[in-house]
Formats: sequence, structure tokens, C-alpha cells
Amino acid sequence: MANSLQAGAATGHGPGAGGEATRRDFLVLATAALGAVGIASVAWPLIDQMNPAADVLALSTTEVDIAPVEVGQAITVVWRGKPVFVRHRTPEEIKSAEDTPLGDLKDPQPDSARVQKPEWLVMIGVCTHLGCIPKGQMPTDDKGEYGGWFCPCHGSVYDTSGRIRKGPAPLNLAVPPYKFLTDTSLLIGEAPDAKPATGEAA
Amino acid sequence: MAAPAFSNPIVRWIDHRLPIFSFMHHEMHEYPTPKNLNYFWNFGSLAGFMLITMIVTGIVLAMHYTPHASLAFQSVERIMRDVNYGWLVRYLHMNGASFFFIVTYIHIFRGLYYGSYKTPRELLWMLGVVILLLMMATAFMGYVLPWGQMSFWGATVITNFFTAIPIVGDAITTWLWGGYSVDNATLNRFFSLHYLLPFVILAVVGVHVMALHRHGSNNPLGIDMKGPQDSISFHPYYTVKDYFGIAVFLLFYAGFVFFAPNFFGEPDNYIAANPLSTPPHIVPEWYFLPFYAILRAVPDLWIIDAKLAGVIAMFGSIILLFFLPWLDHSPVRSARFRPAYRFFFWVLVLACLVLGWVGANSPDASFHGVPFLWIGRIATSYYFLHFLVILPILGYVEKPKPLPLSISEPVLKRTAYGAKTMEKA
Repeated sequence: MANSLQAGAATGHGPGAGGEATRRDFLVLATAALGAVGIASVAWPLIDQMNPAADVLALSTTEVDIAPVEVGQAITVVWRGKPVFVRHRTPEEIKSAEDTPLGDLKDPQPDSARVQKPEWLVMIGVCTHLGCIPKGQMPTDDKGEYGGWFCPCHGSVYDTSGRIRKGPAPLNLAVPPYKFLTDTSLLIGEAPDAKPATGEAA
Repeated sequence: MAAPAFSNPIVRWIDHRLPIFSFMHHEMHEYPTPKNLNYFWNFGSLAGFMLITMIVTGIVLAMHYTPHASLAFQSVERIMRDVNYGWLVRYLHMNGASFFFIVTYIHIFRGLYYGSYKTPRELLWMLGVVILLLMMATAFMGYVLPWGQMSFWGATVITNFFTAIPIVGDAITTWLWGGYSVDNATLNRFFSLHYLLPFVILAVVGVHVMALHRHGSNNPLGIDMKGPQDSISFHPYYTVKDYFGIAVFLLFYAGFVFFAPNFFGEPDNYIAANPLSTPPHIVPEWYFLPFYAILRAVPDLWIIDAKLAGVIAMFGSIILLFFLPWLDHSPVRSARFRPAYRFFFWVLVLACLVLGWVGANSPDASFHGVPFLWIGRIATSYYFLHFLVILPILGYVEKPKPLPLSISEPVLKRTAYGAKTMEKA
């Protein structure tokens, strides 16, 4: 009895002769591995709770009625807590945006790549420098020397296509995913190819 | 006792300047612990585990909760429905309060049974009573935050305790409320304090553990460690035992969180607070029921009206625990060697359970013709008699059984006996 206990101790508990793995090594590793899985599975809910909640995700599209916006006017709507500029551009503004040579641009992008209908420019109104809201929506605002937008924080100047022309901002004003639901209403937050789930036969 | 030789040079460098590793090695690794602790000594570490769980889940809940009378209830429902895993975090916190009290009450009764409050551990015990009081305040204020019917009316009843104070009672209550009833100002300050107090508890727990480590754990025999043969190092022997205890505990805790999350709760708290209508049957959370029963049991006493007397008795039932190390002056710690004390200990346990049962019932109801009011009065009387009369007398009249000479002695005797029978066979 005593001998067999000692033998068990020698094989099970002591460090293996020649450094081979022992039963104790296996137990320690298995315990640590299971502990790591347990901690990770508890940690994940505590981390994921900081991601946007279901009600926040439910607000991730905004529908906008653009019928009252006359040519030359602009409105600002809120989408995901950020301002979205919707400008009904004049023919002159469209022409100047389309005629600008790409070589003059810091972030070259043709006007056609930034609009779905040339008269409607839809952009996220957040300066790509450090996140201020550029001026240019109100008739009384300073629109900058290119007739678009001017950021008062650090002097970035955007043209009538919302492209960066002067100042520290690196990129053009971002265009959010959006689509025309009708000629006079916009859905911001969903790209045109995404089919709305209406339940009606096409 | 000397600083251990750390093999990692960075650890050595830090430890030479800030002996944090030596401290941890000393207090959590080589810390000599009686080798005969039973599973009742797991509940201190379980309480510590629950404190951390409550702080972590509470910080998460505070990220989503809104402490405003018109928004609080909705924000809790939003946590349940919209926040990622919000239901899990809230159920962990909600049931965590119950399990924190379960393990703490077992921890306290462990101390009572084995005489852990006796010299030289009086301050250790008293710090524990401070922690209990802080826990009760924290739990009460936390229960108010969801701003359901039970939250609101619980807060109203508890804060009205203070109106029982003669002359200044009403002024104090108005000050507590920040108005003329429980309202938004009350909710705001309760949220602030509910966030603060757990960290105060954490600090007192630190001092509690410091006091514990001065003389080490008591043990089931209640006699001091006489030398190294009576102790084993805390790590790995008790770390692994504590981990095992936590694993078993988690089975119960997770069982309730996932399969019966509202078992300890009151359905009325899923109705938003209505200051114009009290629910028909209002009861506190289960862990306050014995105290609630004491509150209601006390009649008019001499010149003190029942309202004030009940509040005094309720707070007194905890305050008197501060004096327990001197009320029980028997030099023998463990109830194993005190047959009379052991009997009365179990009567006290029964009295506390009966008080909880009475607290859960309406005071004008009766049990087989016996009014709950009178059952509560008998149990309350026993509670106070136990501490104020029986324990002091037992110290004089009880004849304890002979104590073993050392912690090792009974073990060695058993081994010798075992060896003898083996020889025969």
C-alpha cells in the first residue's frame, strides 16, 4: 500500500525525470486553459455592452423630405448623431463643380462620383481635419473662396462639391450611403442597391 | 520571512524599490494558515469575489442608467432590452446582491459558531460589522435606483425611520429627501452614494484583511497555532480551495442568473414608481426581512412609542454585535467545546430564520391561529436575550470540554490509531 502510494507520487507529482511532461503539468495547463476561456466568455459581454445598443442601431437611418428645399437652399439633418448637409445646388454651382480639373484637387474625385443626382449634394457635415462643422449652410455664412463650405476652426475650404481645396483637412467631406425613396424624399444610411423590405410584390 | 529571491530581473528591480511583490508573496503565498480550516472558511473569499463582481457589473450598469425620476425606470428597461448583454449584467448585479448577502451571512454565522470574534480578533470582527452596515446601506440605495413601485415605497418607508427621532426627526428626513417626499433629489443622491459606498467597503475590507493577517485565521478548534506544524502556506493549499469554492458557488449563482433571475425580486418593482399609490403588500428584499420583523415586533415601551422603539431595536440588533467580543467573555472560542453555547447558537439561527419568515408575512396574519406579530415578538426577544443575557451568563456557568493541546494533536492521534488498526490487519 505504502509502496504503491510512493510510486504514484513519483510518477504523478514529481518533476518528470529528463524534463518530460508530468500529470501535474497537464492539470496546470488544462486549468489555465479552461480559466482563460471562462474569463474571456465573461469579459466579452462586459466589453460588448459598450457597442451601440439596439435602440441606437434602430436610429441608423434617417428619412428626409426634400420637397421644400428650393434651388440654392441647403438643410442640415441629423443622422447617427452627426449633421448631414443636403444642398439643392444651382446650375452654376453644378457647373463649377463639374468643370474643376482633377489636378487642382488635394483628394481628386470627379463631381459625378459624389452625387446621385447633380442638383442634390448630400454629405456628412464634419470637417475631415478635426471634426468641426464647416460654415456654408446658412445664406449668411462665409462659404469660403470656392463657394462651398469654410471650416472656422482651422480654415479648411471646401468647394461646391464638398471637396477640400485649401487648409489642413486631408480629405473631401464624406458622402454617406443614401438613396432617393421618391423624387422628393431621401433615406440616409442605406445605399441604393439595398432593397427595402416593403412586403409588397415588385 | 525574508524577501523571496525572484528570478525575473524586472520583478527584482521593482521589488527593491517598491516591495509590492514581497508583500504579495508574504500575504498571499507563504501566509501561514491553520491546516484544519473547513469549508466554512471559504465564505470570506466568496464575499470578496462578490464585492468585485458587484463593482464591475455596477460600473457597467452606470454607463447606461439615468438617475432621474422620469427616466430611471425607462433606462433600466432599455438596459434589459436594447443594451448588448444588458440583461446579463443587470441580472448578475441584481442576483449578486442576494448572493453577496447569502455568503456574508454564512461568513458571520461561521464567526459566531467558532468564536472568531474573540481576543485577539475583536477589531477584525468589529470591522466586519462596519462592512455589514455599509453593505446594508448600499443595498438599500441600490434597490431604489430602478424606480419601480417597491423601490419608491421601500425608500419611503426606510427614510421615514428617521422621523421617529424626537424633535429633529422631521427636519432630518426632509434633509435626507431633499424635499418633502422621496423624489428626484432623493434618487440623485442615492445614485451618487450607491456608487461611492462600494469603494468605501473595499477600503474597509482591506483593513479587515490587514487585521486578519495580524494573527491569522481562527480555525474550527478555536485554539491558536502553536508552531509551523499547525499551519500550511496559503498558496497553493487555500488558493486552490478558494478557487474550488468559487466554482461550486458559481454553479448556484449562475443557476439563478440564467434560470430564475427574478426569484429573489418582487414583481411590483416592474411597475414604474407611482407616488400616489402604495402596493398592497410591501416587503423589503429578503436579506432585510429579519430586521423588518424586529422593526414591527416592538410595542410601545414605557415613554417610547412603538415607532421609535422599533427603529431603535432594529438598529440596536446590529449595533450590539459591536459589543459581542465582551458580551461573550468565555475564553473558549469554538462551539465544538462549548455544548451549552452550541445549543443556544442553533436557537439563535432558528430565531433569525423565524424572523425572516415573519418579516415576509403581513403582521396581522396568523399561522395556525398564532398571530405573526407574536411569533415575531418571541423571536425578537430571543435575539436580544441571546446576546445580552444568555452569552454573559454562559461565560460563568458553562463547563467547556477539554481543548486539544494543538491543531496537530487530534490529527496525529487519528493517524496513530489508523496505523495501529493497519498493523492488526
